[in-house]
Amino acid sequence: MNRFEKELKEGNFVCGECPNCKNIVWPPSEYCSACLGGVIWRGASRSGTLIEYSRKNGEWFGMAEFEGKIRILGTIMSDNEPRVGQKLRLEKCGYDEGERFLFNVVGN
Amino acid sequence: MRRVGIVSAGQTKFTKDDSSIESLLVSSVKPLFDESKDLSQKDIDVVLTSTNSNQKYLANIVSELSGISPRIAHSVESLCNSGTNCIVSAFSYIASGLADVALVVGAEKTDSPGLVLDWDVSRGQYKHPIYWSSLFTSSHMRKYGTTLEDLAYVSAKNHVNGRANPFSYFDRSYSFEDVMASKKLTDNVRLLDCSMPCNGSASILLASEDVANKFKEKPVWITGIGQKSISAGFTKNSDLSSMQSTSIAASDAFSMARCSPREIDVAEVHDAFSICEIMALEDLGLAERGRGAKIVRDLYETGSRKVNPRGGLIGTGHPLGATGIAQTIEAYRQICGESGKRQIDGARTALVHNMSAAATSSTVMVLRS
Repeated sequence: MNRFEKELKEGNFVCGECPNCKNIVWPPSEYCSACLGGVIWRGASRSGTLIEYSRKNGEWFGMAEFEGKIRILGTIMSDNEPRVGQKLRLEKCGYDEGERFLFNVVGN
Repeated sequence: MRRVGIVSAGQTKFTKDDSSIESLLVSSVKPLFDESKDLSQKDIDVVLTSTNSNQKYLANIVSELSGISPRIAHSVESLCNSGTNCIVSAFSYIASGLADVALVVGAEKTDSPGLVLDWDVSRGQYKHPIYWSSLFTSSHMRKYGTTLEDLAYVSAKNHVNGRANPFSYFDRSYSFEDVMASKKLTDNVRLLDCSMPCNGSASILLASEDVANKFKEKPVWITGIGQKSISAGFTKNSDLSSMQSTSIAASDAFSMARCSPREIDVAEVHDAFSICEIMALEDLGLAERGRGAKIVRDLYETGSRKVNPRGGLIGTGHPLGATGIAQTIEAYRQICGESGKRQIDGARTALVHNMSAAATSSTVMVLRS
């Protein structure tokens, strides 16, 4: 289990950032994908934007982007149909036989 | 660089019968030898296997079971486009002069570990391919007005084509109405919009221009190859309404072949899901942006087999490691005039498009008589 998954298990959403080139490394890795230097792990912003969405069995799911770089798929908690470009908040994340992300709609 | 030709092929029917991966692999080598009377095991320099199986040393096992002692033997794995990656590797050995004759053997089982990319943490709990397919569909619908009916025409067309393919998994056809009424997996992906994992095997024989005529009077030449990997993770796709890796691979393949999309007589495209065929036609340059669905509907209504005459992945089944090879065999047979009921009159130039993991990588090949 890597650092990202360990933190996720504790409910923490983290990312690696390269101290040399300031690259946010995504997908998570111990090495910067730009310069291959070591990364520093830090908490990632939980404020994101909806990129695309669909629905399965009445439950919305979609792709959200954080810090202009980190894109993840998660469940969207909303009774109404979401909108591309809508602001979301990563309400909950965890690791239960795999990664899990839960988004809340926070505005228009 | 030496020219490389396709000179023989063999396939098994796609099934869900219980069989070992080793047995599946060898089962398509037999018909390949059967149709090449002048081929001896001693002629083969290279044996490459294409599969996502976790079994080890398969190229050497297949070689031993087939009585071949090649100089080079190894496996190639790249999820759904393992098959064409394997063909490109064999092509490279021959074109460079390291080998003269290469046997490429692909196979997969229904429960392949290649069906889901567990590594991709960015997919969260939505790791199954139906989710990326659904997001591609949402995006294409929003941008171009694509409808559920448009998607159903892809599946219905390919199931019609698949009925003329004796190697297809399906023993019945599915109509437009069947697709529309099939179980909803998401709001925009139905069961019959999906290709089905199954068991299957396909083999193809490549030879250098120096020896190709020994095995086939008129070999089919691989004249263009393009490959592109933009990432492994689905969420790195910048635009979900198109497949960037396919566009780049197609451009490279056409450039190498010195031809244009207009010259393509028949195309085998990677319809893992209905939306993929519509997007692929646009990304390959076989349709203008936003016109892929219209082309598919025209093909369906006129009964044209120009795109996916084999039945595609949807109409025949999708044994991952065999798929790209089976696609290439169809292109080869079409150019040789050996496609029977599926034959497209006068087919001289064919395109093969094979991709992996939400189009994060693509392979495109151009074949000519």
